Amino acid sequence: MDITALLLSRLQFAFTISFHIIFPSFTIGLAAWLTVLEALGLTTGRPAYRVVFEFWLKIFGVAFGLGVVSGVVMAFEFGTNWSELSRMSGPIQGPLLSYETFTAFFLEASFFGILLFGRSRVPPWLYLFSTAMVALGTTLSAFWIMVNNSWMQVPVGYTMVNRQFVPTDWLAILFSPVVWVRFPHMLLASYLTGASCVAATGAWYLLRGEYHAEARIMLRMGLFLAAVLVPAQLFFGHLVGDYVHDKQPAKFAAIEGRWHDEQPASEVLFALPDEATETDHYAISIPVLGSLIGSMSFTSKEVGLTDFPPQDRPPVAIPFFAFRIMVGCGMLMLFLAWYGSYLSLKERILEKRWMLWGIFLGFPLPWIAILTGWFTAEVGRQPWTVYGVLRTADAVTPFLTVREAAISLLVFCAVYSFIFAFGTFYIYRLLRAGPAGRLIDPPVGAIPNRPMSVVHHHAGSTVPAGE
Amino acid sequence: MIMFWVAVLAISVLLYVLLDGFDLGVGILFGLARDEQRRDTMLSAVSPVWDGNETWLIVTGVILWGAFPPVYATLLSAFYLPLLLMLAGLILRGVAFEFRARAESSRWVWDIAFFGGSLVATFVQGMTVGALVQGLPIANGRYTGGDFGWLSPFALLCGVGLCLGYTLLGACWLVKKCEDKTRDGAYRLIPGLTIGLLVFLLVVFVYALADHLQVIDRWLQRPYLLIFPVVGVAAMAGLAHSVVRRRDGMPFSMVALTFAAAFGTLAISFWPYMIPFSITIQAAAAPHSSLAFMFWGEGLFVFPLMLIYAAVNYSVFRGKVSPAAEHY
Repeated sequence: MDITALLLSRLQFAFTISFHIIFPSFTIGLAAWLTVLEALGLTTGRPAYRVVFEFWLKIFGVAFGLGVVSGVVMAFEFGTNWSELSRMSGPIQGPLLSYETFTAFFLEASFFGILLFGRSRVPPWLYLFSTAMVALGTTLSAFWIMVNNSWMQVPVGYTMVNRQFVPTDWLAILFSPVVWVRFPHMLLASYLTGASCVAATGAWYLLRGEYHAEARIMLRMGLFLAAVLVPAQLFFGHLVGDYVHDKQPAKFAAIEGRWHDEQPASEVLFALPDEATETDHYAISIPVLGSLIGSMSFTSKEVGLTDFPPQDRPPVAIPFFAFRIMVGCGMLMLFLAWYGSYLSLKERILEKRWMLWGIFLGFPLPWIAILTGWFTAEVGRQPWTVYGVLRTADAVTPFLTVREAAISLLVFCAVYSFIFAFGTFYIYRLLRAGPAGRLIDPPVGAIPNRPMSVVHHHAGSTVPAGE
Repeated sequence: MIMFWVAVLAISVLLYVLLDGFDLGVGILFGLARDEQRRDTMLSAVSPVWDGNETWLIVTGVILWGAFPPVYATLLSAFYLPLLLMLAGLILRGVAFEFRARAESSRWVWDIAFFGGSLVATFVQGMTVGALVQGLPIANGRYTGGDFGWLSPFALLCGVGLCLGYTLLGACWLVKKCEDKTRDGAYRLIPGLTIGLLVFLLVVFVYALADHLQVIDRWLQRPYLLIFPVVGVAAMAGLAHSVVRRRDGMPFSMVALTFAAAFGTLAISFWPYMIPFSITIQAAAAPHSSLAFMFWGEGLFVFPLMLIYAAVNYSVFRGKVSPAAEHY
């Protein structure tokens, strides 16, 4: 494959957005969980909830800060690398993303300060309310992003005037059925990320024999939540599959590794798809299951990739494997969540150290599932940027040179690796130090809008305690 | 509807320049200060507000994209390498705020990141404005200048000029927020920076005349534009007065007023173009259905709330920072 500015721009977008999604997917779930913890703390009066809350709030701060910093880049990248897309779709994508900035910024900026520094200055109900508003802010942000991306997947509510997408029906855009299966799918994924990190941290402390009370709360809440959410997530995943089947048949065929029409269709569990020969090597497949999954029928005809001219087909290998990795992560999470919850309910989880190890080491599973799920969605949408209307090759900045694109890709890789290394090291130090068990004195003066500052403010009091 | 979004855009850009201007300026001064205690005080004068300030840049970006898509597409793609530098600078200086305080042997890394990031971001912003004033090579609504089409002696000069300007704004902020030697040091810098800035403006003016920049014609056609330079001169006089009298709160307001006057001069001399002299506001505006969708939610309700919130935030942190506080 030739190195072109188009290829480098795609790599850069994939890299910067993959890096970015790591942090919001964690903070969206964590913010919702903090709200639950605070509500539980208020209603039960148990101090352990408060300790766990304060502890995770600090980790929330670091992750939130890295999400903000990496998000700034996204606001510019559409214009720098995808100027033809932003020129054409600006009337639709621009307002959607401006709503994202305005609503999320306003809610987060207004209530984050109270969350971080206002515990002693506001009544408990207002503190709880602020926590909920921060959670709402992160959720709204995810909503607008999903509306925007869903419109690119299945464009609705527009007409073309002078090579520009002109919105004609905002309600159709906002209430597109595609949004309302993909937004819950993303939201559940975020909640699962939070739940799995919390459970993994609890398991880690139990393995080390530390902070027993707090670790138990983390482990049980994380596992129980995941035990409910994973099945719901599988259900919404199925609904997302349905929309892909109906609206993006080429993507569906690529995910399935199906090259030719079949009736009834079999389901390829594993294979090595080969684009050159348009066949699957070493395929392991189950007859009829493909029709059942695609159309809930034993006899339906399912389309294959060869129905589409080669220039309209997505690359096959990435959606095919990414989808299977995502589903595999989901299955592993289902096992960990259900069996872990069962052991936890029977009070036998401490005896099964291998299970604690599994839960601890399983913390990256939701992230892997989120990234591979997005790879499936975005690579599967190719060769289109706005599905069926605007090709990726026509969306890129036409005069962008290989030199410029290569420089920017290298700079982003270097800068992101640098800050990621420090950020994760710092989160690790916080986790290692553990919930100090004493309530942290709120500092003087509310300092809103300073996500990461809360951390080093308290670093002196907590980090040495664990080292 | 178009004028509403032009106004919101103008307010956002001006707020960005004034607010992030002073904290970028403090970042530059930080690099020039040698002693550790003064550096800590400087950081504490901006750390509660800097990322709120920077958010106005993102607000500017998304308003441009939603309300004036061709301008967003043309400018961002034209300034590809400069914007990359600016973003890298802003990211590194942003995390430097957070990491510096807890670094021990590697503190110098974050000192350099904070100073260097601030300087690079400022220089790039000045340079892009300079390139805009001079006129970007644009044909059929697309930038045609290549990798370095924005590069010119005039643009580089404007980069240096904005560094002087933001540093002056930063020095005035330190005068307003600090005490003792940090304030006194800032006071000593103000005359030199002001003279430097005036020399810069003079050079720009002569260059514009000599090079027959189109902007000059507009100033000649529209003599009422002189009101802005007059306000600027009056503000400079106020600055001199307040520095001589050591009125700590005043220099910042005066320099901010000068910046506002300069902004007004530029904005009105571009009018009715958004990218001088190729894309007008009317040509750039998104369809009515886009502008109306933005207006009835974020424009009418959220934007005023954001302004109120910013004002409340600043009033919470009014007054001098205490030099005893290690980080704030």
